[in-house]
Amino acid sequence: MSVLDKSIVELGAALAGGEVTSRELTEAALQRIADARTLNCFVTVCGEQALAQADAADARIRNGGGGPLTGIPLAHKDLFCTDGVKTSCGSRMLDNFIAPYDATVVARLKQAGCVMVGKTNMDEFAMGSSNENSYYGPVSNPWDVGKVPGGSSGGSAAAVAARLVPVATGTDTGGSIRQPAALCGITGLKPTYGRVSRYGMVAFASSLDQAGPLAKSAHECALLLGAMAGHDALDSTSLDLAVPDYVSALHDDISGLKIGLPREYFGGGLDSDVAAAVHAAVDVLVGLGAQVKEITLPRQDLSIPAYYVVAPAECSSNLSRFDGVRYGYRCANPVDLEDLYKRSRGEGFGAEVKRRIMVGTYVLSAGYYDAYYLKAQKMRQLICEDFQQAFAEVDVIAGPTSPSVAFARGERTDDPISMYLSDIYTNAANLAGLPGISVPCGFVNRLPVGLQIIGNHFTEQRILNVAHRYQLASDWHDARPPAAEAP
Amino acid sequence: MELGPEDVAYIAHLARLQIDEQDVPLYARNLSEILRLVETMNAVDTDGVVPMAHPVDTAQPLRADEVTEADRREEFQRNAPAVADGLYLVPKVIE
Amino acid sequence: MRNSWETVIGLEIHAQLATRSKIFSGSSTAFGAAPNTQASAVDLGLPGVLPVLNGEVVRMAVKFGLATGAQIAERSVFARKNYFYPDLPKGYQISQYELPVVGHGSVTIATEEGSTRRIGLTRAHLEEDAGKSLHEDFEGLSGIDLNRAGTPLLEIVSEPDMRSAAEAVAYARKILSLVRYLEICDGNLQEGSFRCDANVSVRRRGDEELGTRAELKNINSFRFLEKAINFEIDRQIEVLESGGEVVQETRLYDAERNETRPMRSKEEANDYRYFPDPDLLPVVIDEDYIAAVRATLPELPDQKRQRFVDDFGLSDYDADLLTADRDTADYFERTARAANAEYKLSANWILGELSAHLNAGDLTISASPVPAESLGAMLNRILDRTISGKIAKEVFEAMWNGEGDADAIIEQRGLQQITDSGAIEQVVDEIIVANPQQAEQFRAGKEKILGFFVGQVMKATQGKANPAQVNDILRRRLQDPDS
Repeated sequence: MSVLDKSIVELGAALAGGEVTSRELTEAALQRIADARTLNCFVTVCGEQALAQADAADARIRNGGGGPLTGIPLAHKDLFCTDGVKTSCGSRMLDNFIAPYDATVVARLKQAGCVMVGKTNMDEFAMGSSNENSYYGPVSNPWDVGKVPGGSSGGSAAAVAARLVPVATGTDTGGSIRQPAALCGITGLKPTYGRVSRYGMVAFASSLDQAGPLAKSAHECALLLGAMAGHDALDSTSLDLAVPDYVSALHDDISGLKIGLPREYFGGGLDSDVAAAVHAAVDVLVGLGAQVKEITLPRQDLSIPAYYVVAPAECSSNLSRFDGVRYGYRCANPVDLEDLYKRSRGEGFGAEVKRRIMVGTYVLSAGYYDAYYLKAQKMRQLICEDFQQAFAEVDVIAGPTSPSVAFARGERTDDPISMYLSDIYTNAANLAGLPGISVPCGFVNRLPVGLQIIGNHFTEQRILNVAHRYQLASDWHDARPPAAEAP
Repeated sequence: MELGPEDVAYIAHLARLQIDEQDVPLYARNLSEILRLVETMNAVDTDGVVPMAHPVDTAQPLRADEVTEADRREEFQRNAPAVADGLYLVPKVIE
Repeated sequence: MRNSWETVIGLEIHAQLATRSKIFSGSSTAFGAAPNTQASAVDLGLPGVLPVLNGEVVRMAVKFGLATGAQIAERSVFARKNYFYPDLPKGYQISQYELPVVGHGSVTIATEEGSTRRIGLTRAHLEEDAGKSLHEDFEGLSGIDLNRAGTPLLEIVSEPDMRSAAEAVAYARKILSLVRYLEICDGNLQEGSFRCDANVSVRRRGDEELGTRAELKNINSFRFLEKAINFEIDRQIEVLESGGEVVQETRLYDAERNETRPMRSKEEANDYRYFPDPDLLPVVIDEDYIAAVRATLPELPDQKRQRFVDDFGLSDYDADLLTADRDTADYFERTARAANAEYKLSANWILGELSAHLNAGDLTISASPVPAESLGAMLNRILDRTISGKIAKEVFEAMWNGEGDADAIIEQRGLQQITDSGAIEQVVDEIIVANPQQAEQFRAGKEKILGFFVGQVMKATQGKANPAQVNDILRRRLQDPDS
């Protein structure tokens, strides 16, 4: 057991009480990161800068100026821009890019006193579900290093699971927080679209992307979300709504809570052992007084097709700015402008990114827009309506986060479709802009299973409350992976 | 939709992506598979459905017309592959 | 040959909106800064940055819409126009496509034949400008300056309602006058803050269907607009008459050679892949907003022109000239106010003497060294007969050269008109006595000889004698020296 096994709730108290310093925590984290280098969780480690931030946090605590997160070490997914620190997005394209500003999420957590120890590995530009699409190589699952950690926030999820850092940030465009959280046995929250500013997050699909916390427990996610959330004048799509106290709502009683179990989330594609673990978790919630109702989300199956039009379409346009002109990778000796564009982009992007850019380019191109893009936008409306009908009857929706536990590295790399289906239960919440959380709820073949709880717009406090009550009644989230042991 | 090598070449050109000749068939196959997956949407009648561009249904906020940005050229151009006299350099632009 | 063909012209005008900051960022829009010093992270399209809409551009677009009687969209949407070009940092331009902020409207222009024509406006939409590529001095490379990237533009699209180059120019002038009146664009063609692209096609007279059009770009004055269109009309007719076909393409106007030629970079058909920009939400404009903007609308050129004719008794021609821009109209009204509401006199001086001086010095009226109030004060001296109109020109010249106000100049130079009849009579008598022969001719009925006497009197008084009085007295004394 290391100090990094503790929750940030405990660490916050220990820091405030002078039992531990931020420097000690930060040094411990840096040591763990160095020891666990083979997991490949990090693209960049900020040793010196982190220690300086830790010392500043310690001073702030000594002067009585700290808050609950002051002095807590954390890692940011490497698609949050960090002033003066490389921001690669897991891509060769940005391997040389030093962001000249902080993302709003980074700035807010810095303001709260968090210490950034490094930037985590990820699928290139957040496109992937296994973390095998990184220019910096794959990340290993701390439960079984031959397995993938999920993606795209795989570096963040694995780093938290392996106790390299107590908490980390991630982004979720189609499941990129929840799915790796499930596969690594930790808790990950995707907030409502518009809850957290997207400013400074390198965009994948602008109408789907949302930043959120990854931690061992819902309680920690609540603390972190409180610091991340809120309106930002720099993001037109961030909503100007008060941020509730997520922590104080955690303990609310859940008796009488109506949980909807969508028939479509327990269908053919679901591993039966995963299904059993999820049902067992739902039974725990019933034991806490919740009521269960079977519901239907009839267009759920079409969220993957709709998603694989909307996300690539937006990505094809968002990634046009990477052209080798103002920053990022430029090919050697371009003979003309077209050569500069084509080779810089062709050499700078990996295969999956190129695939999605091409799909997106195609579905937006003349003659195909209506059949693909417009159709997908209409599907999106219908998927949204399904959820709203469900929320007329139930408070939250529960089901599996992923249809299976972590799969072997290389198993799905040649088959994009099978990879896409990893996110079959998570895509829909992004299309509808809903918040969702994944909490550990058991093991199949010694690999973690995630329970997903989806709430209506801006009900993060509710799903955190349900997740927290579940974690008070279970200990799956305390399980330590083999890689968490000191080498 | 089944995409052939010419389709891949055209799309790659629109997207300004260099694709190696030997990779074209694989891209063609992958893209065709993805489009087939996507086309399962066609089973649903969406006549009269309002397309949804955004998960949140609010209006665009408006900013005050104020100059808030200072000159940060030097800092920004540290990331640039080629600059001269404050300009970003590219192969000759032909109009 | 040209007579059997009908020309059809539509214009796309890009008016740079006169905001302090850019459309989606807080960078300055000031012209002429060192390269890339006004290009912020948003303007450069750095990773992760997001656009936030400048409210002023919406207000300006609505103003334009109201001034042209257009529909204002309750809900308008920004879309991305995707293409790669080095002056386009994000690889897409944020523009409006399916749902522009301003819908159908119209303006009225005067035609060469002296009648008026209504020109339809298809739409006006907001978009961001691109940067600039500079081609000199980099040994085969181009330099990119993104200071202009993100400058707000209102693209004003006309219907294909114009039938000649002259009409196209009249329409462009009308729009220019309007955006200046509304103070939403400084309308500087040379600096590129008001740019005209022309869609030109020809068809055989009587044909219903439109011919294939060419889009003409790179036109930076109204003179060139007219020349470029006329060149293009002739070119297309020649192509068609020799059995060829007009190709739909973008052509650049070369002012030095006075010709248009195809733009090489746009040869391939573009597929812009427009879609709603997910970083921006729909712009919602309600009735209250529209009413508030409407309340700020100034008097528009057409209204002002009519008022000048109806209330001030000006001719259509003078009213047209005086209302072509707001500064001139304001100058005129201020002058007339200072000149005891003598509108016609004020108009004559502004369109005559002042205008000639401004043209000679290449000055705008707002840069006139003679302020409206000073001109009005001088006109008062004509009205109260302190000076004659002829002397006034001398006074004006001195005022233009900064020698002070009218009264000081008149005083200093002793230019007061002689209105004392006794004094004039004395001069008149002396001249009659000195020229008995001519006096006899007059009395014999040779009216014309009077001019000779007037000239002599004016010469003797250095032009200061009141001409009307001189006439009266001369007549009287010539007829009857004792009267």
